[in-house]
Amino acid sequence: MRYEAPETLEVATALLAGAGGGARVLAGGTDLLIQMRGDIVAPDLVVDIKNIAEMRVLAEEGGHYRLGAAVTGMEVMEHAGFNAAWPGVVDGVRLIGSIQVRGRATVGGNLCNASPAADSVPALIAAGAVACIAGPGGRREAPVEEIATGPGATSLAEGEIVVSFLFPERAPRSGDCYLRFTPRTEMDIAVVGAGVCLALDGSGVCTAARVALGAVAARALVVEDAARALIGSRLEAAALERLSAAARAACRPIDDKRGTIAFRTEVAGVLAERAALVAAERAERG
Amino acid sequence: MARHHVTTRINGDEIDFLCETDQTLLSVLRDELTMTGTKEGCGTGDCGACSVMVEGRLVCSCLMLGVEVRGKSVDTIEGMADGETLHPLQRKFLEHAALQCGICTPGLLIAARALLAVNPDPTESEIRYWIAGNLCRCTGYHKIVEAVRDAAAEMRGV
Repeated sequence: MRYEAPETLEVATALLAGAGGGARVLAGGTDLLIQMRGDIVAPDLVVDIKNIAEMRVLAEEGGHYRLGAAVTGMEVMEHAGFNAAWPGVVDGVRLIGSIQVRGRATVGGNLCNASPAADSVPALIAAGAVACIAGPGGRREAPVEEIATGPGATSLAEGEIVVSFLFPERAPRSGDCYLRFTPRTEMDIAVVGAGVCLALDGSGVCTAARVALGAVAARALVVEDAARALIGSRLEAAALERLSAAARAACRPIDDKRGTIAFRTEVAGVLAERAALVAAERAERG
Repeated sequence: MARHHVTTRINGDEIDFLCETDQTLLSVLRDELTMTGTKEGCGTGDCGACSVMVEGRLVCSCLMLGVEVRGKSVDTIEGMADGETLHPLQRKFLEHAALQCGICTPGLLIAARALLAVNPDPTESEIRYWIAGNLCRCTGYHKIVEAVRDAAAEMRGV
């Protein structure tokens, strides 16, 4: 196995594209090293992308936050401005592994490892984050929900890397939240996760919303019917019940030791509702 | 495949080592540098026994490649005591009997020191959440939490 740590995207994408599928990107390594140890992957080439400056940036650019794909979980959690702007994304990041794991694990890795239960992903999707991608053919952008296509699989072409996430401008009186269910409070994998981002007008009516669910399908889902249930409402009981019903209806979960289909479906409705209420509270606090 | 020559700083000393590409930092510490204070538990980032600091960050050394510490600073349990003088956390772990088999202890000490560096007066709950990534199968954690609180108080001069 070869190890390369290029300083530019051009070199990194050329290395990946030239390896004919035998290369893996090394960001935090908290998934890759476990897969290598378990002989699940045996790459000929590992491309460490942490020396690429553009991938390590977390900063506001003209009202938009840009989060480098190789920024670690702890760095995200320690960034006061980003916490104030996107608390729901930080909710998701905070739930990834332990402090030790978050000291290495990156948001780009959490997305590109393509676990359906990845905690930051529903929050990124609800936030409307866009993945900025570089590849041998140049640059492109795609909504975060289009990156993972199923467990361990992504829509990235050979040689492509997610470089950063671009967040929309934060609307006034808007808020976001991510909640997950796990039997334990820490160090666990989501049985269900729900991310909600919404905006309110001056009288408390919801004017925009995005709802995303994790761990209830082969990849994180955008639930447009759930968002429609919120828009135009004041999050009164009837609207929340419509939101819950839409969230449940979208679920296509698996039955496994961590949760049955019936349980995951029920909990998805509950968490979507609770996340919407927290997001609304944050929106009102401004 | 040639082995990698890596220059790094471990516990303040400049160190050179050779490693294979797929060799973890944990394996480098234990097998190449015979620094066996850092323990291997699960090898998959779940137990925290291999906790070390890299560039001031608490990490699992089983989840990093040795080549990744090129030019970086690493702090391990071997650098915790000052000669024969134990760090207050080490002394309090002994006083409170906060260990039995001892495999988790180096990792817990490194994690606890990292906590006190950012939060000199943690609550019990803050300690328990911080060490969620460090598993102990002997003590039931109570004595560990007590030892960390006691060491924190001493380090604050209370």
